[in-house]
Amino acid sequence: MRADQLDKNEYFYGHKACAGCGGSLAVRAALKVLGERSIAVLPAGCMSAVGFNFPQLCFGNNAIISMFAGTASMLTGVEAGMRRRGYKDFHAVGLAGDGGTADIGIQALSGAIDRGDDILYICYDNEAYMNTGIQKSGLTPYGARTTTTPAGRNIRGNIRPKKNMFEIVAAHDIPYAATATVGYINDFIDKVEKASKIRGTKFIHVIAPCPTGWGIPVSDTIEVAREMADCGLWYLAEYENGKFTLDRDPGEFKSAEAHLRRQGRFKHLTDEDIDLIIKSRDEKWEKIRREWK
Amino acid sequence: MRPYLRDKKTFTFEEIPEDTCFEAGYLVTENSGWRSVTPKIDAQACIGCSQCYLYCPDGVITIQDKKAVIDYDFCKGCGICSKICPKNAIEMERAI
Repeated sequence: MRADQLDKNEYFYGHKACAGCGGSLAVRAALKVLGERSIAVLPAGCMSAVGFNFPQLCFGNNAIISMFAGTASMLTGVEAGMRRRGYKDFHAVGLAGDGGTADIGIQALSGAIDRGDDILYICYDNEAYMNTGIQKSGLTPYGARTTTTPAGRNIRGNIRPKKNMFEIVAAHDIPYAATATVGYINDFIDKVEKASKIRGTKFIHVIAPCPTGWGIPVSDTIEVAREMADCGLWYLAEYENGKFTLDRDPGEFKSAEAHLRRQGRFKHLTDEDIDLIIKSRDEKWEKIRREWK
Repeated sequence: MRPYLRDKKTFTFEEIPEDTCFEAGYLVTENSGWRSVTPKIDAQACIGCSQCYLYCPDGVITIQDKKAVIDYDFCKGCGICSKICPKNAIEMERAI
């Protein structure tokens, strides 16, 4: 989809997200694709905190805050209610953060996929609970410093790897799942458009850097998001009709060390830690290139 | 259409809705006070390629007559537009 084909209206405007927020860009872009006839469900998280400060209401379409754990179950209800009232041509879209998806909301999401409800679930992944002040979530990568995984002499940041949410969702045999990044916004927009035309449950996992939590300048959000995909620490893939496909193979990786070193949350990592991250990246990509062609 | 600033800026206690429903896109405050630097577009250099429009997290940039135009009421001055611009047509100036 080209820029001039996009809806000129803005549906997420005047919000109070930090300058340079990747999550707000993901929400804005997704709603521009889905349009006015979409009902957004947002659990507790950055985007509900910055979008609904009464009387500053920043969504131009219908939007509702759900319980933290209940994004997907509320989407089920919204979709069923709209259908029962005779509405056609609408989208029930969930916009949840990484904690609300991979930790707290995972059972509701799993249930909705199991029922095959006609909903679109978008997880904007800023890799920690940023809204409450940067606590570790299931999608925080190995080595990242958060307030609950501080970097000390003995333990250097998060000791657990990032949960593989995309493949967990794909394992449900969902009609459509995809990964994206705000760094390549056209790819994300295309995936939202594709998902909006598929019936059944759809899931999109989009990486959205958080300057505050990642320790990067506010102007570097897009650059860092791009770099993350280019150095192999994130991948752009799709799952459809029971098959994984890799959308973009960066070929020769950019320097992962330079990418990690520029972020405040990885400043404390030793060379050995970085080697470990690169080793696990290479193992992951070997599997991706072997199986997802 | 986009959420826009309304005239009325204060609510009496009676006007605050009892339930959780209220008009969508109802804005009462600007975000311009957040800025420490301000993007200035060089209209000569701008080719209207839409990159800044696509990547602005606040959606404050529109393309009018093939030139980028910024809504300074809601620009937070993050500088993403300046970095993404292929023609370096956006300069961040130290001014509000």
